[in-house]
Amino acid sequence: MRIRLFLSLLLSVLLLSGCGYNQIQINDEQVNASWSEVLNQYKRRADLIPNLVQVVQGYAAHEKEVLTRVTEARANVAGMKVTPELVNDPEAMARFQKAQGELSGALSRLLVVTENYPNLKADANFRDLQAQLEGTENRITVARNRYIKAVQDYNVSVRTFPNNLTAMVIGARTKANFAVDNEAAISEPPKVDFGAAPAPAPAKPAAQ
Amino acid sequence: MLRAFLLPLRLFFAVSLLALLMGGAQAQDVQPLPPLAAHVTDTVGLLSVDRREAIEARLVALEREKGAQVAVLLVATTRPEAIEEYALRVAEAGRLGRKGVDDGVLFVVARDDRRMRIEVGRGLEGAIPDAIAKRIIADVVTPYFKAGDFPRGVEAGVDAIAARVSGEPLPAPPVPGQGGDGAMGLEELLVVGMIVTIVIGGILRAIFGRLLGATLASGLVGFGAWTLTGALAIGVVGGLLAFVFVLVMGSGGGTRHTGGPWSGGGMGGGGFGRGGGGGGWSGGGGGFGGGGASGGW
Repeated sequence: MRIRLFLSLLLSVLLLSGCGYNQIQINDEQVNASWSEVLNQYKRRADLIPNLVQVVQGYAAHEKEVLTRVTEARANVAGMKVTPELVNDPEAMARFQKAQGELSGALSRLLVVTENYPNLKADANFRDLQAQLEGTENRITVARNRYIKAVQDYNVSVRTFPNNLTAMVIGARTKANFAVDNEAAISEPPKVDFGAAPAPAPAKPAAQ
Repeated sequence: MLRAFLLPLRLFFAVSLLALLMGGAQAQDVQPLPPLAAHVTDTVGLLSVDRREAIEARLVALEREKGAQVAVLLVATTRPEAIEEYALRVAEAGRLGRKGVDDGVLFVVARDDRRMRIEVGRGLEGAIPDAIAKRIIADVVTPYFKAGDFPRGVEAGVDAIAARVSGEPLPAPPVPGQGGDGAMGLEELLVVGMIVTIVIGGILRAIFGRLLGATLASGLVGFGAWTLTGALAIGVVGGLLAFVFVLVMGSGGGTRHTGGPWSGGGMGGGGFGRGGGGGGWSGGGGGFGGGGASGGW
């Protein structure tokens, strides 16, 4: 008796995985996890900024405009309600990306300005913060790349046959990935760039 | 009618061929990954043999003591990739660090680019935060590199990294001879053993009846456990447990079986891990999240 039960269980498991239901669920969860990691790293960057602004203020207090812009951009980012469900809402996702992109731009301008203050650049605290910021930007890039990969896997699993039939039944749709336009603006790390005008170069082709 | 089917098929092949070609072209763009066969990999001959062996011995000792895998890679260039992307690719391909502990560190030096990077695994981001990695690069290694003394620079960098890792409480490395990840092997073997017993036991029972089937199954399982572990006692215990299990399995009459005894039978797999301490060296499957720092000289 139990053997028969066991076999029928096995059969249903095989059928379920054959139609791709499990694969879709696995990939969906992978997308969620990757997205959480992206948010995590953006949060880490936002957490670094108050300290950075404070240190820069100590040496370059009259660079008010740049400092205010960073603070404002950070406030914008912090004020956004960010949930894992953001992934399924292209509009909210675009707003989120725009806010993060503005913060990236403001930060890069701040770092350009700091080049003019040798004392600031020699400050141990500032050097540590800069290293942390660089590391975080790199982590953001890595997290975003992994997210893009996860969304790709998910979308493939939703759109290929026979999974697409299952996806239709359970209402699984393809997810929006990071848009290419914003990709260039956001993924540009706040590099120190001597020749740069105050405005960040809009939409350079992404170099990655 | 046939043609209607053929056209999309042809299109499909054309597209996949194109994708294949493009993929191939893309793969040629980036630097091929050097295999990390030892802790120290020097593709440009910056280190003399005895210096390299000294650093290697230092890192082997560190791995034996703490379990953390620190690797050094010296290359000519990482172009066209940035050293950050390259280092992450190498670290992921080499699977540095233990799985779950993620205690791998990769120190990459690109001689012609005059860039270096310390890539830190997730589990060591507390021991080597970005700021510390940056300080090691800027304050410890860079002065030597600027003077052209690469061996001393690499040694100083490795020492600094090893000092940070030594101060970090990490899970103890496995005792030599017990295998790489015994717990993982045990778990896997337990599951496999249970499934095998259920399947074999079920078939044998169906063919030979309950008693004879259980006897045969216990003999098979016992022999399997014996050969896998090399311990006769474990084989006997495993066989006995399999006998009881198959006998009781599916007898219905109120014997509610929870695979309890089976955890005993599966114990047979305890010593069945990866042959630890062998000649070759490989990563353990640690994860990297892009932590660390880069710098130039």
